[in-house]
Amino acid sequence: MIKQMENPRNAYGETLVKLGKKLKNLVVMDADLSKSTKTIMFSKKYPERFFEMGIAEANMISTAAGLASCGKIVFASTFAVFATGRVYDQIRMDIAYSNANVKIFATHGGISVGKDGASHQMIEDIALMRVLPNMMVFAPSDANQTRKIVENMAAEYGPMYARVGRADCPIIYDKKDIKDMKLGKGIILEDGEDISIIACGTMVDQAIDAKKELSKIGIKSRIIDMHTIKPIDKKLILDSSRKTNAIISIEEHSIVGGLGSAVSEILSENNCTCRFKRMGIQDMFCESGDPKDLFKKYGLSVKHIVNTAKSLIK
Amino acid sequence: MNLDLMAVKIRKHIIEMLFRAKSGHPGGSLSAVDALVALYFSHMNHNPKKPKDPNRDRFILSKGHAAPALYAVLAECGYFSVNELKKLREINCMLQGHPVCKHTPGIEASTGSLGHGLSFANGAALAGKLDKKDYNVYVMLGDGETNEGQIWEAASVASHYKLDNLTALLDRNFLQIDGHTEDVLKLESVRERWSSFGWNVLEIEGHNIKEIISALKETDNHKNQPSMIILDTVKGKGVSFMENNVDFHGVPPNELEYKLAMEELNTLQRKLEASL
Repeated sequence: MIKQMENPRNAYGETLVKLGKKLKNLVVMDADLSKSTKTIMFSKKYPERFFEMGIAEANMISTAAGLASCGKIVFASTFAVFATGRVYDQIRMDIAYSNANVKIFATHGGISVGKDGASHQMIEDIALMRVLPNMMVFAPSDANQTRKIVENMAAEYGPMYARVGRADCPIIYDKKDIKDMKLGKGIILEDGEDISIIACGTMVDQAIDAKKELSKIGIKSRIIDMHTIKPIDKKLILDSSRKTNAIISIEEHSIVGGLGSAVSEILSENNCTCRFKRMGIQDMFCESGDPKDLFKKYGLSVKHIVNTAKSLIK
Repeated sequence: MNLDLMAVKIRKHIIEMLFRAKSGHPGGSLSAVDALVALYFSHMNHNPKKPKDPNRDRFILSKGHAAPALYAVLAECGYFSVNELKKLREINCMLQGHPVCKHTPGIEASTGSLGHGLSFANGAALAGKLDKKDYNVYVMLGDGETNEGQIWEAASVASHYKLDNLTALLDRNFLQIDGHTEDVLKLESVRERWSSFGWNVLEIEGHNIKEIISALKETDNHKNQPSMIILDTVKGKGVSFMENNVDFHGVPPNELEYKLAMEELNTLQRKLEASL
């Protein structure tokens, strides 16, 4: 079956334009990557409310806080690697500590950036943003969810970080399906009683595919789209730990500090006895290559999920 | 109001606060006082009763370690009680070691990690232009602080966007923690650096309040460029043994030093009062 594909970056750009019409105090910033992040769509429609900051990300983040201090809802975008690690101190001081209404929307997160190599494959951004007080963290799984999350980010006050990848993603949600989605509430996409697979971002589609493979060998899986990594949906994690005896977390991110860590914190502090495995990048830098090949080599393929599930419930 | 007298009062507050807190930064607080007095007691359009008024002029203290000077000025303006100053750096007090915008009325930006304030000020200035408001944005930078690369990113942006509603003030006291600015990491020629980034640059005596006010008027009226006022200042200004003494960058006065400092400032205050 051929999946319908759409790029979450395009969804982001389109949503900004749509929001820009309603919200006159919405402004957008970019650091010389507007063609890639798709903020260029907003810049064409609302040039006076778009601020090109040049290749100077630190300045962009602090300037975003200054704009927010004057009542602006600020979306600042660049690649995930530059949007977080490069500007951690600016985010910490001017956005998180100051509780500024700034939304950092990063593209090109994870290893599916592919051929640019590990310099551009951001696998620590969720971890970095998750440790900051006041910061909410999102990893949308398809274009429609991206639309919904961006709308919610604009509607709710506070510091927020969202990341999508570079590549087109299979459509998971109908636009109607996603209408009632809430930030901070994970989505059970499919249910099953043997194992829960808690995924975010690009890994949600992989998990859906893994479910099909697993059902062929009689393993029934619950698939959760955990689009919000902070605040994490504790209730849903605990519910899953009771209903299934095993849990896998999977993310296109390091196994250290991201979704897997967030899930394991909940499980370990609540006397959960279910078996648990974090899947993701194994605390290492990856390399240039085609995204599919990278997923295979670094343990993020459907086959890896199936094998991990099999060994976990054995 | 006699502004020179107010500056002495602010300096006394600073010495008191740091002596009580047993920590903090006397040198860079004392060098910043006269510019702050000029801004808050004469030049800026602001209302302590309406600290969030959208039309207010903004001041951002990028060199956050001079917080005691700003706190004393804000308290004397009436943003909060002067009694708060006694609790600087203590637990359960809103006056944190470095400024935080969330809890302290009158504080625009959270600073303390150097190099951010000019960028933040640019943001406020850009918003002012976008909203067609006529407020001005002022930001004070330390001279050592301009070692930070982000300052120069922000300098480019302010000039690119022709932020003529922005005036930066450089507390040019020639000292930073490790020593003389030109020994630590050469800054000269400061004037040429800022002009070459497209800024309108003025150089003035940084402890002459009248001169500061007239420079601020000039920069407010300057069009199409952001302005930089280089304040020729003395670190530790107003307390003889702290002046040009890098040892008082981040070390508070001990009891003897406290007494000597207060004596000097009280003498100065009496002299000024007698001349009124």
